[in-house]
Amino acid sequence: MARFLAAEAFSSPSEELALLPFNFERTGTEQFLVSNMVGDFIRLTEDEINKLIDLKVTPGDGLYERAYAAHLITGSRQKSQQQLLALRLRSRMSFLREVTPLHMFVVTLRCEHSCPYCQVSRQSTDRSRFDMSEATAQRGLDIAFESKSSRIKIEFQGGEPLLNFGLIKMIVSAAQAKSAVLSKKVDFVVATNLALLDDTILAFCKANEILLSTSLDGPADLHNKNRPRPGGNSYELAVSGIRRAREALGPDRVGALMTTTEASLGRVDEIIDEYLKLGLDGIFLRPLSPFGFAIKTKQYHRYTAESWLDFYRRGLRRVLDINHQGTPFREFYSSLVLTRMLTDRPIGYVDLRSPAGIGIGALVYNYDGGVFASDEGRMLAETGDNAFRLGHVDEDNYRSLVLSDKLVDAISMSLTQCAPECSTCVFESHCGANPVHHHATQGDALGIKPLSDFCARQKGIMRHLLRIMDESPRDAAILRRWAGS
Amino acid sequence: MTLALSGTADRCRGFEQHTRSVIRLKALGDARSSAGADFTVVRTSDDLKRVIQDSHEAIFAIDDGTGCFLSSEGLPRRAITVPAQFSYLAPGDVIGIHTPSRKFRTLYRHNSRHNSFLVTERCNNYCLMCSQPPKDIDDRWILDEIRQSLPLLDKETRTLTFTGGEPLSDSVEFIGLLADCRDQLPKTAVQVLTNGRAFAKSEIVDAWRKVNHPSLIAAIPVYAAVDHVHDYVVQAKGAFDETILGILKLKDRGQRVEVRVVLHAQTAPIILDTCRWIARNLSFVDHVALMGLENTGFAIANEAQLWIDPIDYRAALADAVDVLVAAEVNVSVYNLQRCVLAQSVWPYAVQSISDWKNAFISECEPCTEKSRCAGFFSSGRPRRSKAISPIL
Ligand code: SF4
Ligand code: SF4
Repeated sequence: MARFLAAEAFSSPSEELALLPFNFERTGTEQFLVSNMVGDFIRLTEDEINKLIDLKVTPGDGLYERAYAAHLITGSRQKSQQQLLALRLRSRMSFLREVTPLHMFVVTLRCEHSCPYCQVSRQSTDRSRFDMSEATAQRGLDIAFESKSSRIKIEFQGGEPLLNFGLIKMIVSAAQAKSAVLSKKVDFVVATNLALLDDTILAFCKANEILLSTSLDGPADLHNKNRPRPGGNSYELAVSGIRRAREALGPDRVGALMTTTEASLGRVDEIIDEYLKLGLDGIFLRPLSPFGFAIKTKQYHRYTAESWLDFYRRGLRRVLDINHQGTPFREFYSSLVLTRMLTDRPIGYVDLRSPAGIGIGALVYNYDGGVFASDEGRMLAETGDNAFRLGHVDEDNYRSLVLSDKLVDAISMSLTQCAPECSTCVFESHCGANPVHHHATQGDALGIKPLSDFCARQKGIMRHLLRIMDESPRDAAILRRWAGS
Repeated sequence: MTLALSGTADRCRGFEQHTRSVIRLKALGDARSSAGADFTVVRTSDDLKRVIQDSHEAIFAIDDGTGCFLSSEGLPRRAITVPAQFSYLAPGDVIGIHTPSRKFRTLYRHNSRHNSFLVTERCNNYCLMCSQPPKDIDDRWILDEIRQSLPLLDKETRTLTFTGGEPLSDSVEFIGLLADCRDQLPKTAVQVLTNGRAFAKSEIVDAWRKVNHPSLIAAIPVYAAVDHVHDYVVQAKGAFDETILGILKLKDRGQRVEVRVVLHAQTAPIILDTCRWIARNLSFVDHVALMGLENTGFAIANEAQLWIDPIDYRAALADAVDVLVAAEVNVSVYNLQRCVLAQSVWPYAVQSISDWKNAFISECEPCTEKSRCAGFFSSGRPRRSKAISPIL
């Protein structure tokens, strides 16, 4: 029928094409990994990327279609792709709408453990010196409830917070009263080694829907070596605590985190099996953080980013195999990264965001009333570095803390969107600024990324996940399930 | 079996004041009447006698096939008589009639789940497979006819579809009609089949949103992830950009949107790419419908460019559905038979073909899936997959 036009009539000539912003990195002699403005990945050959940059693409050549669908090129008179990218970016960044949803209360510095890498805790029975006072807690709560989030989480930290259970009870009931008046929802978490868990505490947690978060480093000998306490039974107490808490509160009301020390590196399978044995639904493979005593005791430099990545890759392999054997089980850090890579959900997780989450993601109220921009910032202060101490509960309010020059400087100077190396990095959309880490390791919130072990780990993890997604459909199917839900 | 939805009345009298009228059928003895729009259905000479005895109501007489009972004298003053092929018409149905020519169209069938109003035959696309080939004519009278019909519809009607042409060709009038639906049929879900290009204009989206209809959805076709492929299918350069922009503006204002992909030789081979793109970029739409082609209208003329045996895209379609499901996009497959679909797609396959043009073939008789199968279009020039065979 003559009234219909042939396909060629609808092609745009190349002078009507324009490039959209994208980042890329060489992955092989002829190969490039390319990401668009919102971090969708596509692989191109060197020849293809050169053609693309010169806009030597024509509808029908296959490259045009791939580049157009991936938002690398657009028609210079078209608007929809730019609007689409704007909308998706807005969704990805909308974690910024919930300002300071997390508030940590260090109710005591005292602890009955003496872990070598612990940055902060004190072996002391002197309550007056290392416990938070009721007045300080009350002021902290006032500040917490000033933040604009519709829902806040209060996390109890230590030391071992259960050593000051009385104050926890007071804060919970005061927060609930405020929550009712100000119609701001409030959730609670206690970060504890569970050694002091008893029926009274469990009943209290149950009645107030309080979550427990604990540490479990792996098998008994490893855990007990990492976490010495009188009696040498940290592992036994943690495991029986997890079991009891799951029974009393429900299986999803207690979580465990592990820390990788040098001694862990060769034992990732055993560590994972420990989590599996306890019926937990996943594991968070975490590197050791470079703070406080961890640096002082030279723990931090005991292993490199590459040896940690090797540990992570073996662990992920083990986790995937567990899934293939029929048990759903996740590696949580990969889940977060995959959610960023495969969806536009807003992820405010502290290591994976820019603007950084210091202050505007979390505030920490120290036992003595000092307010910090992050938990790591508080740990730095214990070794004399006050870079992330924003003020004091008696002298400040939410506004003065969050608008302090110190905080604004650290956040704005560390933005990955404009940082050298990051701004052109193919992984930028899924990465994070992490100013505290770079301050601690390089003395500068921005940091020189090629020297950063954080950067090395991020790149290593993302490259590894992409490789699995490309090479193993079987594994990819599992990884896709972890994204987003 | 295909129902005839339009035809010519044998007689039509008593409409002297109007050239176009909308009437509703009612049962013999039903006392309800709506300002003279109700016509009593008469099927036999007995029926006719009763009407004449009881009252002087207007009648809608359907020939019983013999042609005799209608010859009797004494028809009421207002009467329409139609041939026997319209015996499916029943009380509650609504009909639009052009009295000088006696041409009429069934606008609404009370017993059907698939009521749709054609709003106009004009369209700014010219799709290769259009089932309702666009005409550039002044047919704005149709909007009036619909406006008159709405008060006559059953308030319990579950859904109504507006189709075209492009319903938003006269956007102000059409959006006014949506406000009428909101007021007169508050319980009825309304679906508008539109090419979406009009929504690239913010003022049209704003007007649409202001109607604040409780259950309104715009169903908009997207045929590819790439501009020139979509533009070729709809035969309009620049359409892809406007359509996508329109979808974004609707969603930005919280309006409901369904994305539709009609599957034919231009779109089916790339359906996985298209659905990957939808999953990544438009995952916030309310529904995605992947639709088998109805071989009618332009689709027959363009068969050489369009025909593909559904069995040849079975695997790609299964992967495409998978990708959408994994992205938590609400997806359905329309118009395709179970025996040409991968079993993984069955839970998403819907019996979508309107009852008046839906059929099965003799192969289907022993099939265990027949009661769940979409079956075939009986309209146009049906073409079937070589893979049709009963599931036993
Ligand atoms: S920290 Fe490293 S991986 Fe992350 S965006 Fe910057 S350069 Fe890329
Ligand atoms: S044989 Fe007929 S009823 Fe059975 S699946 Fe095929 S088309 Fe449907």
